[in-house]
Amino acid sequence: MLASLILIIILPFFLAAGLYLKSILIINENHLQDLLFSDIWKPAENKFGFAPFIISSLWVSLSAIILAVPVCLLSSIYITQYAKSSVLKLMQPVIDILAGIPSVIFGVWGVLMIVPFSVKAAGWFNIHTTGYNIFSGALVLLVMIIPFILNILIEIFRMIPEELSEASLSLGATKWETIKYILLRKAFPGIVSAFGLGLSRAFGETIAVLMVVGNVIQIPHNIFDPGYPLPALIANNYGEMLSIPKYDSALMLAALILLAVILIFNFASRLLIMRFEKYS
Amino acid sequence: MTTIITPKIKISELNLSIDKQEILKNINVEIPENKITVLLGPSGCGKTTLLKTLNRLTDLYDNVKISGSVILDNEDILHTKSDITKIRQKMGLLSQRPYPLPMSIYGNISYGLKIKGVKKKKILDERVEHYLKEVNLWEEVRERLHHPASALSIGQQQRLCLARGLAVGPEIILADEPTSALDPLSSQAIEEMFLILKKNYTLVLVTHILRQAKRIADYVVFMYLGEVVEQGPAEEFFSSPKMERTKAYLKGAFN
Ligand SMILES: Nc1ncnc2c1ncn2[C@@H]1O[C@H](COP(=O)(O)OP(=O)(O)OP(=O)(O)O)[C@@H](O)[C@H]1O
Ligand SMILES: [Mg+2]
Repeated sequence: MLASLILIIILPFFLAAGLYLKSILIINENHLQDLLFSDIWKPAENKFGFAPFIISSLWVSLSAIILAVPVCLLSSIYITQYAKSSVLKLMQPVIDILAGIPSVIFGVWGVLMIVPFSVKAAGWFNIHTTGYNIFSGALVLLVMIIPFILNILIEIFRMIPEELSEASLSLGATKWETIKYILLRKAFPGIVSAFGLGLSRAFGETIAVLMVVGNVIQIPHNIFDPGYPLPALIANNYGEMLSIPKYDSALMLAALILLAVILIFNFASRLLIMRFEKYS
Repeated sequence: MTTIITPKIKISELNLSIDKQEILKNINVEIPENKITVLLGPSGCGKTTLLKTLNRLTDLYDNVKISGSVILDNEDILHTKSDITKIRQKMGLLSQRPYPLPMSIYGNISYGLKIKGVKKKKILDERVEHYLKEVNLWEEVRERLHHPASALSIGQQQRLCLARGLAVGPEIILADEPTSALDPLSSQAIEEMFLILKKNYTLVLVTHILRQAKRIADYVVFMYLGEVVEQGPAEEFFSSPKMERTKAYLKGAFN
């Protein structure tokens, strides 16, 4: 048991170290600044600017999480605080099923439903698009992370003892005041970590996003522009284009960046949690 | 010695069921003003439910059916149109374990006041100090008013919960086994406080501890399986119980 514990703890380091060793070739030959912030991606000319991929990834995942916050918060509050307990009994299996659906199915569904919708939605703003864009990617991600986040949030709200609400109500607070000032505050660390996990998941999600996001190497300027997220870059190209020197190494660096960003998200949410935990 | 006491709360023909299961059956109790009324009875007999009916926390349950009346200040609080939050502010609630609100010590006391609309910091400061003094907590926490309340000991937390309840200016204090999670010294502190508080408040106390009931009760209501078996002034109740069930309970035959 101890061995497996140690394995789990050192695994991320092994992962990061492995990726670093593989990508060291490209890191040594290019300025880190160019790698991260340049938008010129011409592997044949030895130009590897990751900015389009990093920014595409941020666009899709942040848009998805921003949309997910109100949806998940309000529905988890409704389910745990207002609805009868039978509603939860009904919802739970549905949420579980949604959470367990393989992402490729969400991808296919996205191509069938979201992509045409995206064309229409862009039309309202007089923007012409193929439908394969950031907006579609974000919506597909949204649908995928909602059940995941909702599950955690419901659990968090259910774990708050009834007596805490009763204490607040008995002081003359209304139900809504109790939710706003007491329950949300109590649940805050949990809420942050739920969305932090959701964000990491969205950032790393590969196949479903890749199918609808367009995969055009450019920095997107609005949500109806196509993009090319990091995981898609790796998945689309790994094992190919070996004729180009250092391409392999570049993809490893992409993976390393992906890992680093997810670690940053994790770290940031942990900091937030620590700040608030002592009061809950 | 049949002194007529004005009841603060008059419960008449109260029936309560959850999911068609009868929990309270035909309860008729008059809770005397400025006295300590103790609800006694074995586990599961409905003491907590009765207490929660008094400040309508039973609203939180799914599928409850309530009939009868609970009259407080000439108003049937079960069928009232007036603001339920106002009625709840007439009663402070102390639960089995302390549940400090997820905020500072200061925040715990000022919360109810802010809900009531008190905004001035000077008044809040003054009220916080006043009620912390009232529960003998001021000296222990004055240096760390803005620290999280959860850092206090359980006994201190329970006194804090009492203070926060008093801060909204109730007339009644409902306490559900308030000492069951506390060490003997903290329990004693709470008991002593109740004896002082009854000068200005009407107290309703649920307890499992027979000795505690004997120490502080003025009036006793004994319940069994959702019914009131016997009630009366404490001395009479303990010295000459009338019903067989009560006698058995007082002997400790069941608990
Ligand atoms: N939310 C609820 N839903 C269904 N039944 C409930 C609920 N709350 C209480 N009951 C039932 O009501 C009865 C009385 O419960 P209550 O908590 O009032 O008893 P009690 O006298 O306070 O017991 P204890 O001394 O153990 O605290 C019990 O049979 C209990 O199972
Ligand atoms: Mg109880």
